[in-house]
Amino acid sequence: MIPAKFDYVRPSTVDEAVAALVAGGDDAKILGGGQSLMPVLRLRMGEPSVIVDTTRIDEMKGITDAGDAIVIGAGVTHDEVAKSPLVREHLALLAAATEHVADRQIRHRGTMGGAMAHADPAGDQPPVALAMGASFTIAGPGGRRTVPASEFFVDYFTTAVGPDEVLVSVSFPKHTGWSAHYEKLNRTAQAWAIVAAAATVRMDGGAIAEARIGLTNMGPGPIRATAVEQALVGASTMAAIAAAAEQAAEGTSPTEDIHADAEFRKHLARTLTKRAVAKAAGIS
Amino acid sequence: MQHINVTVDGTSYEAEVEPRTLLVHWLREGVGKVGTVVGCDTSNCGACTVLLDGRSVKSCSVLAVQADGCEVTTIQGLSTGDDWHPVQTAFKECHGLQCGYCTPGMVMAAVDLLNENPSPSEEEIRDGIHGNLCRCTGYHNIVKSVQYAAELMGGRK
Ligand SMILES: Cc1cc2nc3c(=O)[nH]c(=O)nc-3n(C[C@H](O)[C@H](O)[C@H](O)COP(=O)(O)OP(=O)(O)OC[C@H]3O[C@@H](n4cnc5c(N)ncnc54)[C@H](O)[C@@H]3O)c2cc1C
Ligand code: FES
Ligand code: FES
Repeated sequence: MIPAKFDYVRPSTVDEAVAALVAGGDDAKILGGGQSLMPVLRLRMGEPSVIVDTTRIDEMKGITDAGDAIVIGAGVTHDEVAKSPLVREHLALLAAATEHVADRQIRHRGTMGGAMAHADPAGDQPPVALAMGASFTIAGPGGRRTVPASEFFVDYFTTAVGPDEVLVSVSFPKHTGWSAHYEKLNRTAQAWAIVAAAATVRMDGGAIAEARIGLTNMGPGPIRATAVEQALVGASTMAAIAAAAEQAAEGTSPTEDIHADAEFRKHLARTLTKRAVAKAAGIS
Repeated sequence: MQHINVTVDGTSYEAEVEPRTLLVHWLREGVGKVGTVVGCDTSNCGACTVLLDGRSVKSCSVLAVQADGCEVTTIQGLSTGDDWHPVQTAFKECHGLQCGYCTPGMVMAAVDLLNENPSPSEEEIRDGIHGNLCRCTGYHNIVKSVQYAAELMGGRK
């Protein structure tokens, strides 16, 4: 189908984008990579009156080394994230999860900012941002603010980004030397995760010294499995990893759908967490 | 209406388009590139795949206005004169199509994959074209086609 009519604005700075959103009122919508929004427009599930295309804002495009953190512009594509030497060196888990997003064509267009702002509970990158303690820079009419991942994801498809605000960049604390694995279960090509587990670990002499675990599609937003993270400290055997992973589903409230009921999702959370940690740690 | 200037298959085009026009519709109806087809409304099928500034995209999921100032290559821009692109030759030789509806997108996806990875393994090929659906072939001969294309292109170097 052809989308309903809209006005189109293509700002070249963040300030211009905010001004366009304010001028456009409640109905204005940002277009990032368009890989979630375009299907919505084509199916006429949404009919915004103004589209603010942020893909040509230079400030939102780079991946930069900020000392303790890697800052990724909201307009950076999934393909650029997955291949970035900086990301691969300091954020192995983000690279691993991003390689699992959709297909090549969609990774060439879809962006970091769009994936975070869209906040699909089955999205592959939000749990990574949560587990790694990322923070989000958001620009609005009142200036800029920084929001931690723990406050950014609010509910199904809902984040801290207001209707007249632009997500400018996401800053990930460096996890240099940490190894990582993203374990995703889906049944068919291009399918979103039924459940996935994101694990990154710092090893010390064959044992896990620190772990960060995120879960995909186990609730209205991404979930950080802190109980598992704590239980993993010191683990050096498969049995210890399996015991820690038993706590993965605690406190989760997964949806039920045609792919899986809640009980099965909880089982998957435990099993996939075990596999993800074992692969990240190189323990079998 | 929005003014755009897009290079398609090596020729520069100026046009006035409605912002809501999808790139694939402008390519077909505005430029006559009917080799690029539409197979779905959900960005799944990949039949509409073209190269935008050298990288594969689903042209149903990009607005024509977003291609302003860019270069687009469609299936109709692959051959040089009467010489087919090796990926086209490989699809013919290996019987990589039946009804042919997915083929324009499948070929463009394969071209993009081979640009990045000139000698992909079977697994890398299956992963690389998983954004393209085929209802006829069962993919087997498509994978063989891409393998043969890789060989042909390696042979050319
Ligand atoms: C067939 C298919 C399969 C997919 N499979 C997966 C998958 O397996 N895993 C996965 O994680 N994702 C998947 N995706 C989604 C894909 O990763 C999208 O790229 C992503 O969800 C949205 O990013 P985008 O840049 O395309 O955003 P858009 O579609 O442009 O925007 C999405 C939403 O975010 C808002 N937005 C965009 N940028 C900003 C910004 N800078 N500031 C504020 N708001 C903004 C928009 O207004 C819109 O509401 C799939 C998509 C398709 C079509
Ligand atoms: S027409 Fe199906 S993905 Fe573009
Ligand atoms: S050959 Fe018919 S859809 Fe692929």
